[in-house]
Amino acid sequence: MIMIEDVHFAYDGIYTALQGVSLQIEKGECVAIMGTNGAGKTTLVKHMNGLLRPQHGRVIVDGADAKNLSIAELSRIVGLVWQNPDHQLFLDSVRKEIEFGLKNLGFTPEETDAQCTQTLKNLGLEGLAERSPFALSGGERKRVALATVLATEPQVLALDEPTIGQDAQQKELLARMLMDLNDRGRTVIVVTHDIEFVIEHFPRTIAMAEGRIVADGSTSSVLSNEDVLERCSLTLPQLTVAARALHKAFPQVSERLTLLSELEDAVSGILGGTQ
Amino acid sequence: MALVEFADFSFKYLGADSLALRKVSASVNEGEYVILTGPSGCGKTTLCRTANGLVPHFHRGYIAGNVCIDGQNTRDATVAKLASTVGLVFQNPANQLVTLNVEKELAFGPENLGVVPEEVRQRVEEIIDLLNLEHLREKHPHEMSGGEQQRVAMGATLALKPKVLVADEPTSNLDPRSAELILDIIANLNKRNGMTVILVEHRLDLVAKDASRIILMDKGQIIADGIPRDVLSMDISSEIGVGIPKATQVYKRLQAKGIELSRVPLTGEELALLVGEAKRR
Repeated sequence: MIMIEDVHFAYDGIYTALQGVSLQIEKGECVAIMGTNGAGKTTLVKHMNGLLRPQHGRVIVDGADAKNLSIAELSRIVGLVWQNPDHQLFLDSVRKEIEFGLKNLGFTPEETDAQCTQTLKNLGLEGLAERSPFALSGGERKRVALATVLATEPQVLALDEPTIGQDAQQKELLARMLMDLNDRGRTVIVVTHDIEFVIEHFPRTIAMAEGRIVADGSTSSVLSNEDVLERCSLTLPQLTVAARALHKAFPQVSERLTLLSELEDAVSGILGGTQ
Repeated sequence: MALVEFADFSFKYLGADSLALRKVSASVNEGEYVILTGPSGCGKTTLCRTANGLVPHFHRGYIAGNVCIDGQNTRDATVAKLASTVGLVFQNPANQLVTLNVEKELAFGPENLGVVPEEVRQRVEEIIDLLNLEHLREKHPHEMSGGEQQRVAMGATLALKPKVLVADEPTSNLDPRSAELILDIIANLNKRNGMTVILVEHRLDLVAKDASRIILMDKGQIIADGIPRDVLSMDISSEIGVGIPKATQVYKRLQAKGIELSRVPLTGEELALLVGEAKRR
């Protein structure tokens, strides 16, 4: 679906944001991109819908070389949700924001209406439909920006830090919506620092540092590699911290537990007999 | 007298159709470390803006009740006056940095408040030392990583010598290690320097262990206020979708099965410790 071949990019010719990145993402995959601030994650996803063009190397989207496609054509295939919603929102009601993209992509008025209503519901924004995005909280604006792209159901959905400012419930809603799109064959790519979000929902992780990919594989293997965590400025998830601490005191507990229920069972196993 | 005192305070932004804050009453004493949390849109940011006078002097609207900061009613005090009492740090440090290098950035605030040059120099050196910014001294903010920028933004705020540091999701744009570093700095400012801290944060896994108190908000109201172990183990906290620390979640699940630990754990290490203790009993 997306093939990136030896892509290099420098914003000002001096500071190299991408130094030879190659990767392949198949149709229907669910991939997380993680790494330090300044690792090149955002620069990479901006290459996927033509906002940035490689200075060296190639980007292939849906079988076609991206250089032959306009941003308008590319963004119909790859919908990108920016990290900062204020760079994306400009109309005076939430509903108008969502309708804008749908109309531009040629949805009929009935489809526009139906998609808009459904998206508002999915993201828990029904009550805010007629409000101005600028009168909303940071977390709410973030969800509106998401809604504008989610509503158009692009084949590939790329989200830059979608969980920022979201509480646990909103994160769960967002995850459910992304997984639902994924079940319907859409490719989902997120750039995020939220390690718990990745472990719970994304089978594949690409870890970046200093403009390069340092690891690409199953989330469990990438995020249990101490060297990768160190180089990419990632920390261990809290459940792993707990599992390791338990393992030290009770060697029968595996230090690789990743689910809450596994930890609960392990502790019940230890204490069950004494209660 | 409390350093920060909200008394039945309500606020509605101009043009909004519902209240952002509803009859909020709370007081924060000197030396406390308070975490402010709650679902997205619950009024946390508005509360922060109120503490330094941005509400009602910059963000206008309907107000009722009073907010007093170090004895000054925010209705009467100017934002400039309040800025030297309450230091605000935001989510996006790039929005807060205005000058060309770190030294100038740190000097900018105190110079504008009319602090004498010798004193400004002294404060700049103190902050560089405190936040470990020596290697960034001559750097342009745009050449720094997000975590470095946030340290500088925090330094610029601290250079005003505020009595209260109010930080509104200061780490949500940062990678996990940079976030930990910032949160450690905040915890140390409180512990070693006695700085009063109000921190808005969703990731309680990282911060609950350092705080003396958690205020939980929902729909513009305070719905719980107490020490972290108490607030986080209340059912209401899970119900409204607060990110309860994993260790606390395990505790609650065990409790439902009739397995009791001697207290509510806030971190994975603490959970392991309590399980060890229970096993030996």
